[in-house]
Amino acid sequence: MAELFELTLGGLSVGMIYAAIALSLVLIWRATRILNYAQGGLAMFTTYLAFTVITHTGSYWAGFVVTLVAGLLLGGLIERVVIRPVENKPPLNAIIVTIGLLIFLEGLAGVIYGGQYRSFPAAFSIDGLHVGSLALGISANDVFVAAAVLVAALLLAGLFQYTSVGLRLRAAAFSPPVARLLGVRVGRMLTLGWALAGLIGALAGVLVSPSTFLYPNSMDSVFVLGFTAAVIGGLDSPAGAVAGGLILGVALSYVGGYLGSDVVPLFGLAALVVVLMIRPEGLFSAAAARQV
Amino acid sequence: MTLLRHLAAAIVVALVLVLLTVRLDAFRDYQMAEVACYVVAVAGLTALVGLSGQISLGHGAFMAIGAYSAALLLLHLHWPLPAVLAAAAVITAASGAVVGVAAARLRGPYLAGATLLLAVALPSLALSDPSLFGGDQGLSVVTSTPAFLGPTFPPTRWQAWLTCGCALITLVLLANLARSRVGRSWRAAGDDEVAAALAGLNVARLRVLAFVVSAACAGLAGALLAITTSIVSPGAFTITLSVALLTGAVLGGLGSLAGAVWGSLVLVLVPTYVMDVAASHGLSSSAGSNIPVAAYGVVLVVVMLLFPDGIQGGLVRLYRPVAARVPAWRGLARRKTTGPATAPAPQPRASASEHQEEGSI
Repeated sequence: MAELFELTLGGLSVGMIYAAIALSLVLIWRATRILNYAQGGLAMFTTYLAFTVITHTGSYWAGFVVTLVAGLLLGGLIERVVIRPVENKPPLNAIIVTIGLLIFLEGLAGVIYGGQYRSFPAAFSIDGLHVGSLALGISANDVFVAAAVLVAALLLAGLFQYTSVGLRLRAAAFSPPVARLLGVRVGRMLTLGWALAGLIGALAGVLVSPSTFLYPNSMDSVFVLGFTAAVIGGLDSPAGAVAGGLILGVALSYVGGYLGSDVVPLFGLAALVVVLMIRPEGLFSAAAARQV
Repeated sequence: MTLLRHLAAAIVVALVLVLLTVRLDAFRDYQMAEVACYVVAVAGLTALVGLSGQISLGHGAFMAIGAYSAALLLLHLHWPLPAVLAAAAVITAASGAVVGVAAARLRGPYLAGATLLLAVALPSLALSDPSLFGGDQGLSVVTSTPAFLGPTFPPTRWQAWLTCGCALITLVLLANLARSRVGRSWRAAGDDEVAAALAGLNVARLRVLAFVVSAACAGLAGALLAITTSIVSPGAFTITLSVALLTGAVLGGLGSLAGAVWGSLVLVLVPTYVMDVAASHGLSSSAGSNIPVAAYGVVLVVVMLLFPDGIQGGLVRLYRPVAARVPAWRGLARRKTTGPATAPAPQPRASASEHQEEGSI
């Protein structure tokens, strides 16, 4: 019973990371109908930037802020430079371009920082928390991870729901021609959408790296599980992305705890295939017929 | 007629390659074998992506299945080489059928994501049973040159012959398939699924068949690569390999078998060259080995944005005005213009604005 409790809390904490990646994918999908395979690579690269800043200044929070700003800028830059030309092309072109970006970022990180595993500092203590004599299975840092993603998600929801920029973002995603007629600068809104996704992805990278170590491919498995979470929730639904991340995090935590950590990636694959077979539009997304 | 032409071309190329292997030193022979392995895999992938319009980021995983099958058959059952290669292709084709059945229901980004997950997850399977798969170290693959070539025959030359022979057979078979009813149906289904279905084609079956053929090629390529490098280990079949194969296909020109050869040449020769240059400039080996990876990325993005037809498309464009001036070549030039390269179709299959209207806010 105590073990189940520990695994659940630990799973929720990891699930928040998947939720953050899933959220960034959903933001981009809603804005441009493109799935950004470079999202994990981008998060890995911004985390390396944080690593550089932290080793030079000695301050975790300086690195944290630099990462978020870098994610924002790089996300916007990528949309403007390489995504804009493929936005109205067949989906295959966008897939290949983002895969190219992913492998470029991984190669670049390898050239600059080398391929070795580096330990990345955590914001808070990673010692397990206790209530009385009961071990909770999570640390102060895990609580920070969950809180940070939750705050980011709520801020994002507030931005979309209650601000004028949010209204324009939604309009541009809903119907670009109509939004354009109403005076919305659709191109800028798409760039902003990618920039916000870059920020969320960078946040996920900096939060997950203390537990995965940092190396050029460190985000590959986190990314594919984030993608799985986004598919579980439905690529159209931000709330679904968070829920999908939490469901996947807890499920994988049980699998890892009871069956061994080797089978976790395979179980992730199985989960993705099952969801795609049974409910390809996701659990939380309104069903939509495929366009022909 | 087409079959004869392809066979004649293959025989001429085979003769040239045999002469080449005799002239080149052992290292170049080894590189040639490596290029041939990539040609087999990239040709299968380019047929899948360029003709049937499905994407796979998991072909590295299919190569791993072929390589491990070959290694296990050689190690435990001591099968003869042709049987091992055939078995590796068949086993991988079977796994391709499984993936293909799942893939036939998936589109664009979902399919790419699912196959990407396959590429990430499969190497962990090799680690799960170290006694069978050898864990991180992998398995060593021992083959010997056949007796009739004599005891002093250089093994790299034999490997170059073996791999180039398999590559030529694969290319001839794929070229004929692409020209056949199946190839035309793939193109039709890849260009416009609904129109193809209305014309009476069984789109789902065609998509699965494309995955099976493509996986068989990847499996054969994996087995050949295992024999060439004499080792199989999980580290050789990462996502980087899957992306490298895609880079080769895109760079050569999607859907073009000649393009697969150009792409494979680049995949093998450029990294070696870059690492030599990096080493001579005093860069660390880790930096040197990562430069080609970064270069794959740049190539994918630049080719996709600026030259969607790839190298073969560029060659055809150069060749067409020349051919048009020589009366005897005109027929050839015309035939070339109707060539494949379906992926970068000028008309988007579904424009972004159409899609976005279904978005729920």
